[in-house]
Formats: sequence, C-alpha cells, structure tokens
Amino acid sequence: MNFSELIELEHKLGQPLHEVILLSQMMEDGSDPIELRNKTRIFLRTMLEISEKNFAKSQKTLTGLCGDNAFLFGQYRPQMMGEFNYIATVAALSISEANASMGKIVACPTAGSCGIVPAMAYALRKVKNIPEESLVDGLIVAGAIGTCIAQKVSISGAVAGCQAEIGTATAMASSMAVYSLSKNSTKVSHAAALSLKSLMGLVCDPVGGFVEVPCVKRNAVAVNIAIATAEMALSGIESVIPFDEVVQAMSRVGGLLAEELRETGMGGIASTKTAISLMEKIRGELL
Amino acid sequence: MNFLEIIGPVMVGPSSSHTLGAMRISRFVYKMIGQVPKQVDFLLHGSFAKTFKGHGTDRALLAGIMGLRYDDERIKDSYLLAKKIGLNYFFTVTDLGNVHPNTVKIKIQTDKNQHEVEGCSIGGGAIKITKIDDVECNLSWHYDTLIIVNKDEPGALSRILSGIRTNIANLYLRRINLLQAKALTIIELDSPVENFQELSKLSPVLEYYFVPKDDFL
Repeated sequence: MNFSELIELEHKLGQPLHEVILLSQMMEDGSDPIELRNKTRIFLRTMLEISEKNFAKSQKTLTGLCGDNAFLFGQYRPQMMGEFNYIATVAALSISEANASMGKIVACPTAGSCGIVPAMAYALRKVKNIPEESLVDGLIVAGAIGTCIAQKVSISGAVAGCQAEIGTATAMASSMAVYSLSKNSTKVSHAAALSLKSLMGLVCDPVGGFVEVPCVKRNAVAVNIAIATAEMALSGIESVIPFDEVVQAMSRVGGLLAEELRETGMGGIASTKTAISLMEKIRGELL
Repeated sequence: MNFLEIIGPVMVGPSSSHTLGAMRISRFVYKMIGQVPKQVDFLLHGSFAKTFKGHGTDRALLAGIMGLRYDDERIKDSYLLAKKIGLNYFFTVTDLGNVHPNTVKIKIQTDKNQHEVEGCSIGGGAIKITKIDDVECNLSWHYDTLIIVNKDEPGALSRILSGIRTNIANLYLRRINLLQAKALTIIELDSPVENFQELSKLSPVLEYYFVPKDDFL
C-alpha cells in the first residue's frame, strides 16, 4: 500500500480518507467496513481507559529498572511545556510503565511502542475535547500509515531497529492528530514523513533485552515529536521528501543497521558499563 | 495486511513476541486438550530461556495453559492462579537445537494422556506450531485445526478425509509409534466444519482434538 495511492483514491472517489481506507481494506480481504470501524473504536476506548487508569501512577515493573517515571512527572509542574504536551507525556510514561508491569495495553503498533498513539489520543480527548468519532477516523488513518511502513519495512525493532517501532508509532500518532484536527490527508502525509525523518536510524538497544530502558522514556519523548510534527504539518510546513520515499529510505537504513543495534540487547546503551553491571545485579532475580 | 493488526491487539505487556506470542502457543495447547492439564512442563529455548522472567514469558505461558484471555490482567498473577487450581508446572531452560530463538516445547499430562507441542513466537504475537507429538508441522493457527491420532493402517487416511466435509488447507501426517501402529494426522481446515464429531465413529480414529482458530485482534 502506498499512501500517495490512497490520497489519489480519495480525490477520485470524493470520499473522506478514512472511508477510502476502510473501502480499500474491504477490497483487499473482504473485511466488513462497519466491523473494522467498530473494532477501531474498541481499540480507541481501550487506549483511553488504560491511559486514565494508569495516569501518573507508580508501577512495579518486571525488572524494576523503571516504574516511577510517570509518578515523578505527574508530580511535577512543567516550566516550559504546555498542557497538551504535559498530559501526553505523563500518559505515555504511564502506559509504557503499565506495559513493563504486565498491565493491559494496546500494542499500537507494538508493545514496546504502545505509549505513543494512546497518549496522543488521550491528550486530544482530554485537553482538546475532540469527539470520539473524530478520533476513530484519525486512528483508522494512523492504521493506514502504520500499514504502509509495516509492508515496506517492518514494525519490529529486531528487523529494522527502533525507528521501525517508535518511529512508526510516532508517525501514526502525528497523523492521527493531524487527521482528527483537520481531515486533511496531504497534511497527514507530511506529518508522518516529518516524524519518520526525525527518528530515522534510531537503534533498538534495550538494556538486558527488556522493554524498559530506554523504551519507557523514549515513548514519552516520541509523543512530543509527534505533537511537534503534527503542529508543523498543520501550519502548512511540508516534508520536502514525500512520505512513501521516506519509508523506502527507512527500509534501507534498517538494512544497514548492525545486528547489535536491532533488539539484541548487545549494542547501543545496552552495551554500556552501567547496563552490564545492572544486568549482573538483577540476573539472579530473573533466572 | 489488515490495518487492525497495526492498531491492536489489546494484550498484556511487555512484549508481543515474548508475552503474547508465548501465551498463544500455550493457549493452543489448552484449546487442543480442552482443559487445564494436571501437569505441564515448559522447555524454554534461546531468548525465551534467557529473558523469560524479565519478559513475563513464564507467567504468559502459565496463563495460556490455564485458558486465560490475552488481555486478562490476571496474567501477571498466573503463578498464584496455578497454585490455586493445583496445576503442577515446571520451567526448564534447555537447548532445542536449530530452531527459532523464541521457541518453547510444552509437555502436558492429563488424566488420560500426554502430549508434546513445540512452537515459536515469530513477532507481533504471530506464532508457528512446529511440532505436535514429534510430527513436524507449520501451523499459524489462522485456521481451525484438527489433530487426529489414528491407526496406522491401509486406507486410514482416505477414510478420515472422506469423513470431513470441508476444504482442507494443509495436511501433515506421520507415523508416531511403529509398535502400536499409531499415526498422527494434522489438518488445517479452510472453512468451518460442523460434523467432526462423526470422526469418533470412524474405526481408524483413536483420539481427535479440534482446535478452533483463536482471534487475538
């Protein structure tokens, strides 16, 4: 699936992009558009519930390498961030720490990157009061953006590095925001391209191989990138390189990443002195 | 690819391959035998063996064998649940040979019989069941699956196949015990089948297990 083809189809059919996506899914595998939409709504509601339930909570994660970041940030009154970014950041930390604590999450697109899209959805609902159906439309569009990447590259850190997980989630969150706020599909593709460009080459280097360090904080930072790229796209800033070409470039970068940098827990920050000594310390408890 | 696969599923963290995928393999075994076994041995291989506690793979495997749903928050407490219902479980770190890094072999014992199922978690919650009672197979669990222990005798397979009124997607067959003249037949079904109960009337059929496909989205 090329995103530019979906935009062309949108112009040809004169239907909104989210409807075009549902139709093209039906053409591809016979899925019922109403059922797809209902399922998307269930995912959205689950995301919002999970955000609400875990918001700013201190959690006990499996390895104990994190668990109080959401709590700390929730206690803090930001000095530079606006309300939208702040709420989204607390939510992203909360959801990611719930994930690391075996809590219920929506793997959107993966468990390791599950904080970003739900945090964006939560802030849009909570701060901007965006109606649920608009968010469903946005989530469908985000799903199409994610599918484009999954088909051409991968959404797995083990295949193409963290750019494929956090990068994809950020592009999805950014597109969701832009579509929910503007219904403008060209702006969506720019937002997605800007996000991917910002995170291209990002390595997957979890300490000990566990979805905790740096994953939790990376989710929280990434939702801010999604917000920034969405705002840029909404202002009319365009990505010079079109989204579909950025995806191709990302795929090539994924192929060039050394294996150590693809979820093996052997490269990047996972190979630092501190990471190694931390792992030695907790290994006894984990085996 | 369906875009719902990208925006979901709802699951319990922290990892779709180490938690959800692991749980799907053991839930396949639960669905196969249709009950919680008396005893279960999990033989963990590769990265499953290295990181199973930090990824909750152990709790996910236990939750799956007890038939919990993928988004059940009690997965975290599955050790307690297992104790409560008196399930005997063992985790063993092992080397299963040249297989996918996220592979587990599950040995179960019920009142009547015992089975071994080997499977791997290949990413995003997707799994492959690679062996059932030593018969190699490649089941994605995208299909309803029928597993039949049958007499290894001439004409057995054709009698079984003519007893199933549906399209067959994939078929795996192997003799499992020469002395007892037993074979195992694994059939992936293309469409729903209602008459599989009739299989029990066929003389070559010794045991059969119907594993309905399990939608995790």
